[in-house]
Amino acid sequence: MDIVHARGLVKDYGALRAVDNIDFKISKGECFGFLGPNGAGKTTAMGIIYCFMLPTSGEVKVFGINVRGNSAEIKSKIGVMPQENNLDPDLTVFENLIVYARYFDIPKRDSSPRAWELLDFVGLKEKAHVRIRDLSGGMKRSLLLARALINNPELLILDEPTTGLDPRSRHSVWDKLNYLKSKKTTLILTTHYMEEAEKLCDRVAIMNSGKIVIIETPSRLMNIHGGNLEDVYLKLTGARLSEEMH
Amino acid sequence: MKIKKAFRVWQRNFTVYTKLYKSSLVLNFVEPVLYLLALGFGLGAFIKEINGVPYINFIAPGIIASSTMFATASECSYGTYVRMTYQKTFDAILATPVNIDDLVAGELMWGAAKSVLYGTIIMIVLFMFGLIESPLLILAIPVLFVSGLIFAEISVIAAALVPGIDSFSYFFTILLTPMFLFSGIFFPLDVLPPVASKIAFFSPLYHLVNICRSFSSGSLHLAIWDIVWILAVVVLLAPFPFRLMRRRIIK
Repeated sequence: MDIVHARGLVKDYGALRAVDNIDFKISKGECFGFLGPNGAGKTTAMGIIYCFMLPTSGEVKVFGINVRGNSAEIKSKIGVMPQENNLDPDLTVFENLIVYARYFDIPKRDSSPRAWELLDFVGLKEKAHVRIRDLSGGMKRSLLLARALINNPELLILDEPTTGLDPRSRHSVWDKLNYLKSKKTTLILTTHYMEEAEKLCDRVAIMNSGKIVIIETPSRLMNIHGGNLEDVYLKLTGARLSEEMH
Repeated sequence: MKIKKAFRVWQRNFTVYTKLYKSSLVLNFVEPVLYLLALGFGLGAFIKEINGVPYINFIAPGIIASSTMFATASECSYGTYVRMTYQKTFDAILATPVNIDDLVAGELMWGAAKSVLYGTIIMIVLFMFGLIESPLLILAIPVLFVSGLIFAEISVIAAALVPGIDSFSYFFTILLTPMFLFSGIFFPLDVLPPVASKIAFFSPLYHLVNICRSFSSGSLHLAIWDIVWILAVVVLLAPFPFRLMRRRIIK
């Protein structure tokens, strides 16, 4: 079954067309990556999937439900790890998880053990009662991942999950995402690290100026175009690059 | 809009408040008490009575009303704006089954709750000072929730419209301060040209001051039309914070 199915998706911000008539399907258990330069429309495409904004035109179904319809039902089965830190700065690590669980109507008797389990999973158990402002950047990313998992999501959306992390923390996030993949969680992510896309993604969509240039598996892309994924990426988004240089 | 989801937002604000109240609660009482002392005792030494009531007793109910206004207005202007823009709390919440209407409703109810909380505590303080004539004033507490909703609506509208956080000083200087000074807290409006009372009719604080004053003198019936006004305006304003916040947040 397709977890996400988008047809003719268009999103305009005023006069700017951020997403320009794209089609894609994402199936259950898959890890799907959106690649492309800044402003290519990756974050917007994901924002529509988790019902943060509505499409201008086209049809997007998530879990078979139209995003224009029951968005609360879609969102109840999704976890989102945003690009920017939006943790509650005045609360502790543990409280952040409990408060977030309440939005999903998860009662404390369930959210409390779940929170401990997740803090263990992301290695923040010792920091449970520390305030957010006293966490390092890497720890905040880890907590955002834990928070995105509080509702046991079927679909996890990750916007640049490892941007700004040191190599060790990055590898640790990859391990966690691979573990979630092995548990059949569907993953959708954006990244600027081609190594990350190569390691995690079953298929990638390379986007440029709101359009999808190609959707393929990383290995097929490298076979067809030669070189590593970064070479392929530069080649396929090259037109745009040379435009910018002029 | 689902009340249960709105409550989740309310609950989030409450949880954060329980962690921070020590620093804000006391500060919020310093101001009304200062007004009461400075004007009640200072000015009151010259103005012995207004309408047969000692001056400090005259202003006391109005101070309750204005404190609720300022408590709610700062919560739903600066507070809401910080949650929306700097902390990105709204983005985090909107990724959950809570939608934008639930979120706005939660913010409004939290603002109204602050009116009730601050109003009630100041009432208790003024009772202890012996400045409240009738214990019937406690019947005004439910009214404080409704008037609190109005102040919250106005402030959330401001938060949805301002280009930046500095613009709230206009909101306070142009809207709230004149309301504070010309809603009959410090002097009866009939000393001013008649146009002043006509303008004051549009001030929610004016009606709340009348309600608090009538209740604290035990003459509830004097406030009936003010209560009707408040009930009508809370409904009339209701669509705007939702509509404007939707426009600001949902791109």
